[in-house]
Amino acid sequence: MADRIAHHVRDLPRSGIRDFFEIVQSMKEVISLGIGEPDFMTPWHIREAAIYSLEKGHTGYTSNLGLPRLRAVISKYVEEHFSVSYQPEREIIVTVGVSEAIDIAIRALVNPGDEVLYHEPCYVSYSPSVVLAHGVPVAIPTKSEDDFALDAEALATRITPRSKVLLLNFPTNPTGATMDRARMEKIAALCVKHDLIVITDEIYSEIRYDGSEHVSIAAMPGMRERTLLLHGVSKAFAMTGFRIGFGCGPQDLVEAMMKVHQYAMLCAPITSQEAAVEALLHGAPAVENMRREYELRRNYIVSSLNDMGLETFLPRGSFYVFPRIESTGMSSRDFAMGLLKAENVAAVPGPAFGAPGEGYLRCSYATALPKIKEAMSRMTRYVERARKGQFAEAV
Amino acid sequence: MDPLLQILRQNALIPRPDLARMLGLSEAETSAQIAAAEADGKILGYQAVLDPEKTGNGSVTAVIEVKITPERGGGFDRLAQRIARFDEVESCYLMSGGYDLLVVVTGESLRQVASFVAERLSTVEGVLSTATHFRLKCYKENGTLLAREEEPNRLVVSP
Repeated sequence: MADRIAHHVRDLPRSGIRDFFEIVQSMKEVISLGIGEPDFMTPWHIREAAIYSLEKGHTGYTSNLGLPRLRAVISKYVEEHFSVSYQPEREIIVTVGVSEAIDIAIRALVNPGDEVLYHEPCYVSYSPSVVLAHGVPVAIPTKSEDDFALDAEALATRITPRSKVLLLNFPTNPTGATMDRARMEKIAALCVKHDLIVITDEIYSEIRYDGSEHVSIAAMPGMRERTLLLHGVSKAFAMTGFRIGFGCGPQDLVEAMMKVHQYAMLCAPITSQEAAVEALLHGAPAVENMRREYELRRNYIVSSLNDMGLETFLPRGSFYVFPRIESTGMSSRDFAMGLLKAENVAAVPGPAFGAPGEGYLRCSYATALPKIKEAMSRMTRYVERARKGQFAEAV
Repeated sequence: MDPLLQILRQNALIPRPDLARMLGLSEAETSAQIAAAEADGKILGYQAVLDPEKTGNGSVTAVIEVKITPERGGGFDRLAQRIARFDEVESCYLMSGGYDLLVVVTGESLRQVASFVAERLSTVEGVLSTATHFRLKCYKENGTLLAREEEPNRLVVSP
């Protein structure tokens, strides 16, 4: 059968995360800093709303675009949080997570050979989604000197006449990078100048620290008409398994996405949509509690990593830190495998998120503090031994 | 609430070095802040949250609705403080609504609590009436659910 698989799918590399997952899964008693989802349970009032929805027997399809009530609530939420307004009837589509939204948006926009720009290190699905749509992914490396923010000059050098779409994700998985207003304005100006369409994945926008503001490119002058704003309830509301994302953008684009969505997915599950209504309407206090807890853990983990001599910048968003492990003299993969074998601590090697991730490790702090603490003390021991070259042969 | 107080409220036993790291402060600064909160009376004390079913702690607990006569000048305060001073009284609140004080009383036996109400509480001058409700079962104590929720099974590594 292998020779019958479509070539562009056959040639797609497996996710680096997948390989690592299989090794970790085979081991026992592992403390995992490799988990890209909240450790909190979905707040009870949201779970209760989902149960109530089932009790009432709401188990059918919904409109392809999503429940009208949910779209109305999304419109209000987005206006309050991102300062840009969308009509619930025509400019909002509810999807099965932001992942589906990215896929159908790229499929709706990209002709074969069109180039899609994105910043790396980044979430694992961006490049494959472009390839699956027969587009050409063009990575723009971000650097630790810029705290992994996207530099306008770096973007400018990669724009060609075939460039069509720019994919953004701030706060960023895996680096925790954020963009301040001045930086984002420069990116917006380039998008206008080169007529780029922007897909902005802002799934971590509520999880911000130090009182920093969230800057959405969609709200900048001249951007609304060329931007698709993606968000969802997975991260902030701890609802990953509910699979609810949404896209807000110009009517023509939402209509085109809807065509792909209706044939591939039909609609997002109704129970989850009704839970999302409850989350967006009444979830703010729970979100704030979780955010505060993440902030304390962030302080803890960043300070511990820096104390081990692993240079780590203090991220202002998401629940990831991206320590630089180069100083140990090991590659990311060797470091991560060694850490797993020697100390039973799992953290994802940076290159799983693109080549510029080499020399780094992604550590998620969506894990209870006592576990983080234990992981940090094991990691300190490991780094000390690694510096003495004790793992040079063993890995 | 102050993040320091928030953390201590959840776990008063958290080691100082951890607390300092979480707050981004030095250990000395953290200790100074705790000492200040204690001196200000923001922190009143530190207690373990016990499961009454397993420990027999306050094996009989009652909440008592108490109606009292307010006094000229002092309102309810003098009488409420007088009631609150009894060792049997765990908590005492002034309430809005159909009664004045809500008093939580614990004791070793039903008889002990009943005799406290009959002989001590009801006889305090100014107490007009009491209505005593005994606790049957505890589901949540000080923000902690007694039936622990299972940890959800998360994938060990996810994107």
